[in-house]
Amino acid sequence: MTYEAPVLEVEDLHLHFPLKRTLFDAIQRKEKRIVKALNGVSLEVKRGETLGIVGESGCGKSTLARCLARLYEADKGTIRYDGQEVAAKDAGALREYNRKVQMMFQDPYSSLNPRMTVRQVLTEALRVHNMRPPEQINDRIAELLDLVRLPQDAADKLPHEFSGGQRQRIAIARALSVEPEVLVADELVSALDVSVQAQVVNLLLELQDKLDLTILFVAHDLRLVRHVSHRVAVIYLGTIVEIGDSEQLFNAPKHPYSKALLAAAPSLDPDKRHTRPSISGELPSPLNVPKGCAFHARCPHASGRCQSETPRLRALDELGNVACHHAEALLSA
Amino acid sequence: MTQLDTLQASTPQKKKLHPRVKALLRPGFLLGFFILSSSILLAVFPWAFAPYDPNAFDFNAIQKSPSWAHPFGTDNLGRDTLSRVIWAYQVDMQIAFFATFFAMVIGVVVGSLVAYHGGIADVLFGRLVDVTITFPFLVLVIAVVAVLGPGLTNMYVAVTLVQWVYYARLTRAEIMTQMTSDYASAGRVMGYSSTRIIFRHLLPNATTPLITYWMTDMALAILLGSSLGYLGLGAQPPQAEWGVLIAEGRNFITTAWWMSLMPGIAIVVTGLGFSLVGDSLADVLRPRGAS
Repeated sequence: MTYEAPVLEVEDLHLHFPLKRTLFDAIQRKEKRIVKALNGVSLEVKRGETLGIVGESGCGKSTLARCLARLYEADKGTIRYDGQEVAAKDAGALREYNRKVQMMFQDPYSSLNPRMTVRQVLTEALRVHNMRPPEQINDRIAELLDLVRLPQDAADKLPHEFSGGQRQRIAIARALSVEPEVLVADELVSALDVSVQAQVVNLLLELQDKLDLTILFVAHDLRLVRHVSHRVAVIYLGTIVEIGDSEQLFNAPKHPYSKALLAAAPSLDPDKRHTRPSISGELPSPLNVPKGCAFHARCPHASGRCQSETPRLRALDELGNVACHHAEALLSA
Repeated sequence: MTQLDTLQASTPQKKKLHPRVKALLRPGFLLGFFILSSSILLAVFPWAFAPYDPNAFDFNAIQKSPSWAHPFGTDNLGRDTLSRVIWAYQVDMQIAFFATFFAMVIGVVVGSLVAYHGGIADVLFGRLVDVTITFPFLVLVIAVVAVLGPGLTNMYVAVTLVQWVYYARLTRAEIMTQMTSDYASAGRVMGYSSTRIIFRHLLPNATTPLITYWMTDMALAILLGSSLGYLGLGAQPPQAEWGVLIAEGRNFITTAWWMSLMPGIAIVVTGLGFSLVGDSLADVLRPRGAS
């Protein structure tokens, strides 16, 4: 595998949301409560690949996606694009970053302004970023509609006239209008019917080929992620526990949490029906993330070391990195 | 043959009415629209409708009860009450507009900005709202008028100073609701400026309750203007204004009830017109497919 410079590098990203403390809490000297959404996420995205991001709900997948799209400002850590650090203060650079890194949202019903026609939405995007001279805007809109396989007469309709799948394709067209290099798809198809999901996902993959896009595919549907991703990152309580080649990870997960997560996914094979839950306990609240390895309370292999020392993400072989103290032992076992 | 022709001609064309048009054909809206448009006509062309000069004394017709010559009767100086009520439209419609419009503009801008940017400005705004709504509205307006002095212009200033807070509060809440929608986040990801996101994306989706509130508020402004006129703090006599007219009639309420009743009816009817139109507009302006 030749080494390519990553298009997007994230290093040690932290994001904490302090909860509002009432006056009464302050008088009682209660501790300030903090939702620890991201606790040191590091990853690299290579140009042209699809990186799947999976995890249980509440694990920080969407927060990470929103951080990458600059909807949230990280407390700590850096995001580098093409090796250049994106400074929070530089408005012009941020705008250019956002042009290159676009995001698509989960809810097809709220991600489009209900009062703007498709043409208005696309015209606005093309104008603000000066993507085309004014006289070519309508041609470009026709092109974009073709690209996402919407009929030309869709341009002058309002969002309520479209189905969920069509709306997500409009959202894709909006993202593509500014000619981005990276697309962040936050649960892009979770709200759609399975048949429509396939349509939208395959369209996305086709566009990736055609336009040489890099995609971050955030989802909780493991089979879908396996279908689209070259590499996959598994997130647990705001940290990446395992990241690696998609097939490798799905066939032979190395982190105990990845194993449990994959085992929990329902199988279509009736012989492999399982009734015992593969993982015990509840996802701890991000209000108090356990010390040491965040997974130790639910892990069948946890030892004393797991309770005190936070495992770092380390390379186990050339295809993947794992954050587990016992990864080697588990591998040989 | 001819029978067939007539049959075809009389076949009702199943032309589906646009739902928004349909909402406008309801009796409530039609009545409100009729009242409002005639009020505006009376306000703009009072000389065309008023049978007499509103300020002309006629000492041969003092406190005449309603008759064909004077349908609303005459007052203690022999002035025709109908003509005075009609000329008062000019003043009172003006009050309805000016006492609300600037408050709305200021309130919408401030409310949008504090909702979008939050932070310390939002906290301070919240306290200002608390303080303002603690005072009874009329008392606060009277206090401001007392400082500035009576008269219509000062009344507009006083009402605007107090009323913008209510518009801002409403706008802030609406914008906050809209901000939870992903299209607002999408605007930020697209790199749009906050001004563009607020005024082109969020605000157009927040106008429905604002317009309804504005309509109701115009009705209340007429009531307020009349109240202040009655108390001698708004329009000054001999200018014909409904509140002033009612005040003039109060000394003669037992002998010449029409002097106060007729302008009172004008207030009720005009207020009703604003409310009816406001209600129907709320249905018409709501974007379809949005809950």
